[in-house]
Amino acid sequence: MEKISCVCGHENPYGTKICGKCGRPLSDDAKAQKVLDMRYDGSAIRSKTYNKSIIDKIWNFFSSVKVGVALIVITLITSSIGTFFPQKFNIQAATEAERALYYEQNYGTLGKLYYELGFSDIYNSWWYQILVGLLAISIIVASLDRGIPLYKSLKNQRVKRHESFMKKQRIVAHGPVTEGDPSKTLDLIAEKMTKLRYKVRRDGNALLAEKNRFARSGPYINHLGLIIFIFGLMLRFIPGFHVDEAMWIREGEVRAVPGMEGYFLENKQFILETYDNEPTKAQIEQGVSAIAKNYQTDVKLYKQAEGAVLGNTDNMDVVKEYSIRVNHPLKYNGYSIYQMDYRLNELKTMTFDLTNKESGESLGSVKIDLTNPEKEYVLGKNTKVEIMNYYPDFSGMKDGVPQTASQYPNNPAFVFKMITPDKPEGEISFVSIGAAPVEAGENEYKMTFKNVETRNASGLKIKKDSTIPILIIGGVIFLLGVAIGSYWNHRRLWVQQLEDGTILLAAHTNKNWFSIKKDLDAVTEYAHLPKYIDQQDIEDVDKNKEGDDVK
Amino acid sequence: MEKKKKRSIIRGVILLVLACAIIYTIYNSATKDEVKVLADGDKAPDFELVDLEGNTHRLSDYKGQGVFLNFWGTWCEPCKKEMPAMERQYQQFKDKGVQVLAVNIAQSNFEVQKFVDEYDLTFPVVIDKTKSVMQAYNVGQLPASFLVSPDGKVKRIPPGELSEEQIQSLMESIKPE
Repeated sequence: MEKISCVCGHENPYGTKICGKCGRPLSDDAKAQKVLDMRYDGSAIRSKTYNKSIIDKIWNFFSSVKVGVALIVITLITSSIGTFFPQKFNIQAATEAERALYYEQNYGTLGKLYYELGFSDIYNSWWYQILVGLLAISIIVASLDRGIPLYKSLKNQRVKRHESFMKKQRIVAHGPVTEGDPSKTLDLIAEKMTKLRYKVRRDGNALLAEKNRFARSGPYINHLGLIIFIFGLMLRFIPGFHVDEAMWIREGEVRAVPGMEGYFLENKQFILETYDNEPTKAQIEQGVSAIAKNYQTDVKLYKQAEGAVLGNTDNMDVVKEYSIRVNHPLKYNGYSIYQMDYRLNELKTMTFDLTNKESGESLGSVKIDLTNPEKEYVLGKNTKVEIMNYYPDFSGMKDGVPQTASQYPNNPAFVFKMITPDKPEGEISFVSIGAAPVEAGENEYKMTFKNVETRNASGLKIKKDSTIPILIIGGVIFLLGVAIGSYWNHRRLWVQQLEDGTILLAAHTNKNWFSIKKDLDAVTEYAHLPKYIDQQDIEDVDKNKEGDDVK
Repeated sequence: MEKKKKRSIIRGVILLVLACAIIYTIYNSATKDEVKVLADGDKAPDFELVDLEGNTHRLSDYKGQGVFLNFWGTWCEPCKKEMPAMERQYQQFKDKGVQVLAVNIAQSNFEVQKFVDEYDLTFPVVIDKTKSVMQAYNVGQLPASFLVSPDGKVKRIPPGELSEEQIQSLMESIKPE
C-alpha cells in the first residue's frame, strides 16, 4: 500500500485521515468536515489499511467495532437465557434422565426445550465458550489495532499544526489580542496553562498545552483487565485449578478426601448446638422448636506418607486438626473444607444380653460394633455368642434368605449362635429390630436387646479455586481502566501567533467540553485572547434553522 | 514487502495462539467431568490394599499378568451374581497369566469374610477402607470392572454387571502373549 504524502512533506500510512505532522486533513471525508473527527487522532486504524491475505481478512473481521458489539449483545442474550430456569448443577437430580424429567415436570414444554437445547448447562457448553473466546479475540485485536497507532500518533505530536487543522477543530478562535502587548501573549498563555497543570511545549510562534494524556489509555487498560479476567475463567477448566467435591463422613471414620489426592480426613465428632431459648412467637408459628447455634465437625487431616502408593494408609502424618464450622472452613494448601450437611444418630453399636428365657438370668452382654462386628464374643468358659451372619440394612427375605439393602447399619439384623454350658452345640436365632426373633426350634436362651450407641455423620464440601487471585487482578485492572477513562479527560490547546500578530487558537478534548471551556475562559481573560467559538453549537443552530425552513 | 510479511506473521501468530486457547478450553471443559475417569489405554493407577489375611496386594506386582479388577460390596445384588462366574473363570485363567483382584468398598472384615466363605472365592479380596482407590478409579456404581493388560494399562472398562461369557472374553483379551 502506498503512503500518503502530505503537502508538508510528511509520509503518512495509508488510511490516515489527518496528517500526523502538521494536521492537514488528508482524506476526502476529513476535508469535507467542518469539524474534524478526532477519534484516534486521525491515525489510520490498522485493519482498515490492508485487506489482502486471508489472515488480514480474519484480523479485520475481529477488529471491527460492529462485530465486537454484536458479540457482546449475543453473549449478553445467551447469558441471560441461562438464568431463566435453574442450571442443572443446582437441581436435585442425579442422572440425565431425572434431569430431563425435572425440567419437563417443573417448567412444562418450555422446560423440556430448555433442557434439550442445552440451556440447562449453558456456561459449560462448547458454543458458549466459543462465543466468549471470540469476544476475547475481538477485544484483543480491536485494541491492538487502535491502541498502537493512537499511542504512536500522540507520542509524536508536533507543536505546530497547519491552519486547516486548527480551523477544523470544534473550538476555535482567531483575532487580535484584546489588550496589551501581542509579543507577550504566548508567554502569558504558557504561564496560565502551566498553572492550570497543563504541559506546555513551544515551537517558534506555536504553542501546545496538553493535560491528562494518560486518560486515553483508559479503554485499553480496561480491555487488558477483561482479558486477564477471561484468562482466569479459562484456567478453571484446567484440571487442578478448580475443585468442587462433596463427601459424607461418619464419626470415627477415616476417608480419602475427594479431589485432594493423598489426603485423608478423620471425623472425630460432629456437634450440633441449639439455643435453649423459650420458643418465640415466630418459632411457634413456623413450628420450629429449636434454633441452631452451631454446626461443627472436629476433624484431623492426614497426609499420606512420603512416596506411599495409593491406598496405603500406613504412617500418615497429621497435617492439621481443626473444628470446621459454618463459614469457618478448614483451610489447607489452597483447599477449603466446608461444613455443609449432617445426619444425626446413625446406629453405631448395639448391645444385647444373653439371657435365659425362663429365669431371665443374664450370662453377660455383647456389644457389637455395627461397622466392624467380631466373629464371636466370648462371655466366659463354655459361653460365647457367634455371629453367623450380619445384615446391616435388613430389607426382608428373598427365597428364605435375609437381604441387606445397603452397607450402612440402618436396620441391623443378625443370625446369632448362642453357646452356653446348657447347650454346647449352640442355639440359633435370627434377630432383627422390631420383630420377634426367629428360632430354629425351641431355644432356651435369647439375645435380649439392651441399648444402642449412635453417631453422627457430617456432610462436607471440598473446594479449591486457584483462579480467584487472577480474577481479582483482572477485575481491579478493569475498574482502574474504567476510572482512568471516565474521570480524566485528555485536553489539548493549540495556539499560533500569525505573521500579522493575530492569534489562532484551537482546543480539543475527548470528553467533558464544559471543563475545557472553563480552562479556556480563564486563559482568555488572563492573556487577553480573542473570544473562542464552539463550531458544533453553530452547526446545531444551522441544522435547527434548516429544520424550521422545511416546515 | 518485508514489513508486510512481518505484519502477516505477527497477526497470524496472535490469531493462532488465541484460537488454540479457545480450543484448549473447550477440550478441557468437555472432558472436565471425566478428568478422573480412566479411559481405555490410560495407565491404571497403582495402589496397594490389604486382604483379609493381612497380606498387601499391589497392582504393579502383577505386571506381566492381566488383572481383572473388580469393585464390589456384599449388599450389591449384581455383585453376588457376578462373583461365582468370576471364580469359575479365575480357575480357568489363573494359570494362563490372568489375575483377579476384588476390591471391597469399605466394609468390615467380618462381612467380607462371610461373603468370601459363602461363595468360596479363591482370588485375593482386598478392602478399600478409606475409599481412596475407589475415588482414584472414579467408581460410581457397583459392580465396576477394569481390565488391566500385562503392561499395566487399562485395556477396557466394561459397564455394569457382566455375564460369564463376557467375563471369559474379557479375561481372554488381557491374557499375556
